[in-house]
Amino acid sequence: MGPNSLFGPLDPASDAGYTDAPKRKGFFTDTSVCIGCKACEVACKEWNDVPENAFEMLGTSYDNSHSLNANQWRHVAFIEKPAAKPSAPSVDLGMPAVGAPVSDVPQDEKPDFQWLMSSDVCKHCTHAACLDVCPTGSLFRSEFGTVVVQDDICNGCGYCVAACPYGVIDRRRGPEGDPKVGIAQKCTLCYDRLTDGQRPACAAACPTESIQYGDVDELRERATARVELLHERGVMDARLYGNDPDDGVGGTGAMFLLLDEPEVYGLPPDPVVTTKDLPRMFTRAGMAGTALLIGAALSFVRRRP
Amino acid sequence: MAEAHPVGFQWVVEAQNRGAKVIHVDPRFTRTSAVADKHVPIRVGSDIAFLGGIISYVLENGLDFRDYVVNYTNAATIVSDRFEDTDDLDGLFSGFDPDKRTYDPTSWQYDVEDEPGQQSAAQADDSEETQEQRDSAAGMQHEAHGMQVEGKPRRDETLQHPRCVYQVLRRHFARYTPEVVEQTCGVSQADFLEVCRAWTENSGRERTTALVYSVGWTQHSVGVQYIRTGAILQLLLGNMGRPGGGIMALRGHASIQGSTDIPTLFNILPGYLPMPNPDQHATLGDYVDSIRNPGSKGFWSKADAYTVSLLKAYWGEAATPDNDFCFDYLPKITGDHGTYRTVLDMIDGKVSGYFLLGQNPAVGSAHGRAQRLGMANLDWLVVRDLFEIESASFWKDAPEVATGEIVPEECATEVFLFPAASYAEKEGTFTQTQRMLQWREKAVDPPGDCRSELWFFYHLGRMVRERLADSTDDRDRPLLDLAWDYPVHDEGALGSEGAQAWGEPSAEAVLKEINGYDVATGRPLSSFVEMKADGSTAGGCWIYTGVFADGVNQANRRKSRHDQSFVAPEWGWAWPMNRRILYNRASADPDGKPWSERKAYVWWDEEQQQWVGDDVPDFEKTKPPSYRAPEGSDGIEAIEGIDPFIMQGDGKGALYVPQGLIDGPMPTHYEPVESPFRNPLYGQQANPTRMDYRRDDNPMNPAPPEEHSDVFPFVFTTSRLTEHHTAGGMSRYLEHLAELQPEMFVEVSPTLARERGLEHMGWCHVVTARSAVEGRVLVTERLRPLRVEGRTVHQVWMPYHWGGGGLVTGDSANDLFGITLDPNVLIQESKVGTCDVRPGRRPTGPALRELVADYGRRAGIGDQLPARIVTASADAQARSLAAAETSDDDQEGQ
Repeated sequence: MGPNSLFGPLDPASDAGYTDAPKRKGFFTDTSVCIGCKACEVACKEWNDVPENAFEMLGTSYDNSHSLNANQWRHVAFIEKPAAKPSAPSVDLGMPAVGAPVSDVPQDEKPDFQWLMSSDVCKHCTHAACLDVCPTGSLFRSEFGTVVVQDDICNGCGYCVAACPYGVIDRRRGPEGDPKVGIAQKCTLCYDRLTDGQRPACAAACPTESIQYGDVDELRERATARVELLHERGVMDARLYGNDPDDGVGGTGAMFLLLDEPEVYGLPPDPVVTTKDLPRMFTRAGMAGTALLIGAALSFVRRRP
Repeated sequence: MAEAHPVGFQWVVEAQNRGAKVIHVDPRFTRTSAVADKHVPIRVGSDIAFLGGIISYVLENGLDFRDYVVNYTNAATIVSDRFEDTDDLDGLFSGFDPDKRTYDPTSWQYDVEDEPGQQSAAQADDSEETQEQRDSAAGMQHEAHGMQVEGKPRRDETLQHPRCVYQVLRRHFARYTPEVVEQTCGVSQADFLEVCRAWTENSGRERTTALVYSVGWTQHSVGVQYIRTGAILQLLLGNMGRPGGGIMALRGHASIQGSTDIPTLFNILPGYLPMPNPDQHATLGDYVDSIRNPGSKGFWSKADAYTVSLLKAYWGEAATPDNDFCFDYLPKITGDHGTYRTVLDMIDGKVSGYFLLGQNPAVGSAHGRAQRLGMANLDWLVVRDLFEIESASFWKDAPEVATGEIVPEECATEVFLFPAASYAEKEGTFTQTQRMLQWREKAVDPPGDCRSELWFFYHLGRMVRERLADSTDDRDRPLLDLAWDYPVHDEGALGSEGAQAWGEPSAEAVLKEINGYDVATGRPLSSFVEMKADGSTAGGCWIYTGVFADGVNQANRRKSRHDQSFVAPEWGWAWPMNRRILYNRASADPDGKPWSERKAYVWWDEEQQQWVGDDVPDFEKTKPPSYRAPEGSDGIEAIEGIDPFIMQGDGKGALYVPQGLIDGPMPTHYEPVESPFRNPLYGQQANPTRMDYRRDDNPMNPAPPEEHSDVFPFVFTTSRLTEHHTAGGMSRYLEHLAELQPEMFVEVSPTLARERGLEHMGWCHVVTARSAVEGRVLVTERLRPLRVEGRTVHQVWMPYHWGGGGLVTGDSANDLFGITLDPNVLIQESKVGTCDVRPGRRPTGPALRELVADYGRRAGIGDQLPARIVTASADAQARSLAAAETSDDDQEGQ
C-alpha cells in the first residue's frame, strides 16, 4: 500500500496490484439529454437478473423506483422544478418538488419550468469504502478499475452498506425466495459484459447517449467539453459531478453532467470516503496506546521513592 | 415523441446537438418538452386553428416558397365560381345537405380550361354517394389514389385570379389571426409568432422543416383535416419531397404502416386498392375503371395489372380471363363495417363471432363498456395474445360483472384463448413509418404451444378447406379455389399426430408471393411496371413489388449507414421501388436542378438525359423537366416534367382538395364534439359531417350551443407513458415494466387541485356520460390552465394503460370516451372529451351506473331532443344546399 491509497488521485487497478491492467472503465451520464425512458433500469435488470423492487406508486413525479438499492442498480430521478419566482430570484433553494407544488407566478412569467431527469448508478469510486471495509473479500477491485460484489462470498454482514458515502450498496430484502436475499448487491458495471468486450447493458440500451461508457480518462475530457459547449449555448447551470480526482473519493468511475446542484438530484454535495481517516485514526490510536503505555510505565517509575 | 417513441427520439437529440431547434406543441409538458428548446401548451382539439394561423402568417406575409408553390402545387388552379366558403355560410362549405349531413362536392371542383365556368365532372358525386363514401371510409381508399382530375383545369400562374387556389386559401385562412389563435388555442401571441418565425425561417431553398406527429393527432372528429392542415403548410413552405422535410406519422405499434399497406381494414385491399362494392363494381372492368378513371393523369392508370396480379396471387390457376380472374370471389362491402359499427352490432346481436389478434379492445378502444358488452354478446370469440388479457377474461372480471351487466354464468360467449408467439419468436417483416420493410429472424423458439399468426391462419385455412373438400356448394368455391400452399419449416414441431402438417409456414415464401412473380417461370418481379393485366403475373401487393427483386430478400439488407450514402438505400427496403422519400422530384427546381447545393437530393442530369441522385428518383427516369403532355393524353403520358406528385390526378400537391374528402375541400376549425366552448369562428359548432352513433348506450356530453355543458366543465385527454405499451398486454404482465408505473393516475394542475379539493397521491375519479374511472392524483405544474375565450380552461390528463389483468391493475381511461368518428376514415375521437373530476374513489357495483346516470340526468341527456349536429344558421344551411341544387340543375340542363 502506498501512502496515498486511501485518499487522493491514483489509478485504482494498478493500486490494487494489477499489472498490465486495461484502461480504467466508467460511465459518463449526461443528464442534459436524458429523456427519462428508464431503458437503463430495465436493461440492467434483464441482463443482471435483478428482481422487481416494488409495485408502488411513489408520487415523486414519474419515479417509482425510489432509489438505488439491491434491487435497483440504475435509478432514474425525476425532478419537477418549478420556475423561480421573478420577485425573489436569489432565494431559490433548488430543492426537488415533491407533492403539490403551488406557484402563484402568473402563467406568462414562468417559461422556465424544468423537468430534470437523471440516471443514477454506483460511482465505482477511486477509493471505495465498501471494498475497504469488506471483511470477507467479497467486494473486489476489477482489472477495469471497477468495484464488484461476489455473491457467493458475501456473508451479508452489511459493513459496506454503512460505509458507502452515496447510499448505493444494500442487502437484498426480497422478493421472498430469491437466492440472493441478504446478500449485498449493486452495479457491477456489467463485469461479465466487459470481459467479453461489450458495453454495459444500460449504456447499450440508452437511446439518446445520455449514458456513455468508455475509458475514464477520455470520458472526463468528453464531459469537460460538453459542459463548455452547454455554457456556450447559455446553459450556465451545467456542471460536472464526480470528475475531480481531488474530491473526497478520489474522483469516481461514474461521473455526471448535472443541470442543478447535486442535492436536487439526491446526490451528496461533497462525498468523502468513510475510510479516508483510517491512517490518521490508526496513528492516533497508536499514539494514544503508546501514551497509555508510557503513562502506565511512568506510574511505576513514580512509585519509586 | 420522447414519451411514445424514445428510440426514434435519439435522432431528434442528435439533430439538436447539431444545432436544430426543437419545438414541442402539446397540451401538457412531457418528456419531449423536457429536452425541447420550446414547449407551447395548447388547448386539446384546437390544432387546426393553430396551424391555420401559421398558414395565414405565411400567406399574409408572402413567405411561401413561390417557385415551388406555383409549379408543384395546385395554387394556380382556378376553382369553380360556384364554390362558397365557410366564412359566407356560417361554417359550412357550399353543397351541404342538412338531412344527410353530407356534401355534394360539385361546387368545389376546378374550372376546366376548354369551357370556362364549367366544373370538372370527374367524380363529382352527389351527396347520396358521399354518404356511402362516409360509410365505407372512402377517404382511406383515396389515401394513395389522390384526386381524379378530368380535362385541363384553368390556371393563373401569377396567383392573382380571385378564384385561384392560392387566393381562395388566403381568404379562407385570413381570419386565423394571432389574436384568434390566442383566443381559441390558449397560446400566447408571443409563443405563436415564435413558432411562425422558426418554421418559416427554417424553410426554403437552403433549409427544410419536418413535421412529426404521433397517431393520437389523428384521433379527432376532424382527424384527417388536422393532417391536411399540416400538409398545406408543408407544401406552401416547400417542405415536401425534399430531404429533412415531410410529415412523419409515428405509428403506434411496430408495422402499423404494414397493416395498412397489406390491410387489416374492412374497406381496402392490399396496395390501397379499394374494396369493391356490389353497386358500382359488378365486373372487374367496372372496378378497374373506377380506380384508374380514364382520362386522368398518373400511375393508377395501371390499376388493372395490379388488380389482376392480386387475384392471381389469391386464386392461382383458378383465376382466368374467362372468369374475370375470380373477381366475383372477392367479398364486397355494402356499407359501414368499421370496428365501432361492428361493436354496436355485437351489442345488438347481429354478430356471432370475432377474432382478436394482438388487440385488447376491452382496454385499448374508445368506450370500453360498449366493447365489453359487445364481446359478451357473441357466440364465440378467438383471442390470440401473449397473456390472458382483459378481452379474453371480461366475461368473469370486467367492471360490468361488478355492476351486474355481465353475469359470468349466463354470458354465452365462448372464448378461445390461443397463446401467441412474440416478435422475437417468429420470422417476418416490420414495415415502419418510412414505408421501410425490415426483415427479422426468429431469435428463439416460442415456448409451449405458442405459435405465430402466420401459423394460425395458414393451418386454420388448411383445416377449413379440408372440411369443405367435398362440398359442391358454390359459396365454398372461393375458399376451395384459393392458392393455399406454402412451404413449412420445422415440420412435426407440434405433437406426433399429423406432425408433417403442423409446421410453421415460411414467411419468406409469403414475402415472395407478395412481391409477385412471373406465373410461367416463377421469376420474382423486380418492379410493379412488370405487372400484367393478362394473368401472366401474380403479386400480393403491387407497391411491395421489388422487395424480392433478383430473388433476394431485399428487406434483409443490413449495410451500415457508415458504409453507404446518407440515404442508406441498402438498409432494408422501402416501397415503392426502394424510394426513401416520396415525390422526390420536388427536391429539384422546375428545370431539374437542385434548389440548393445543401439540399441536393435528386436532379436531372443533362449529359445522361436522366434523373439521378442519392435516392431512387420518384419520376420516370428519362422524362425531362421540359416534357409537356400532348393534347388529349392521359395516364402516365399526361404527367409533365414539372408534376412531382405523380399519384395525383393533376400531378400537383393539393393545397385545396376538390374531391375525396367528406368534410370539405379545406380544413377549418370545428370544436371537438365534446367541448366547453362555443366555436369562436362560426355558428357551426363541430364537424357537421362526422360519423355519429347516437343511441342510449353511446351518450355524448352536451356541448354549446346545447345547455348543461357546465356539468362536465373540464377538458380531458389521454396518451401513453413510456413505461407501458398501449392497452398494457405487453407491459402490465411483466414485472420489470409493470413496476415502473404501477398505478393508474390522473394529472391535474395545482390550481384545479385546489379548486376541487384534490390531494396529491390521494384518490380522485373522472366522470363522463359513459362511465367514471378512478386513479391516484398527481398534482403537477406540467399541466397548466389556459385562457381560452376569456375563460380559464382546466385540462386533465390520464394514461390509458390499465385494466383488471396483469401484475398492476387499475381503471381504463378509454372507458370515458364515447364513439364519434371522423367521416373520412372512421377514426374515433378519443383524444379529447369533457369531464368532471371529484375527490375520492368512485362508487362500485350498481352505484357506479347510478352515479353516471345521475350526471346524465343533470346534463339533460336522454330527456330532450337529440343534440343538434348542424348548428349553422338556417339561412346558411339553405344557401349551402342551394349551391348544390343549382349545380345539379345546370348539369342536367347540359
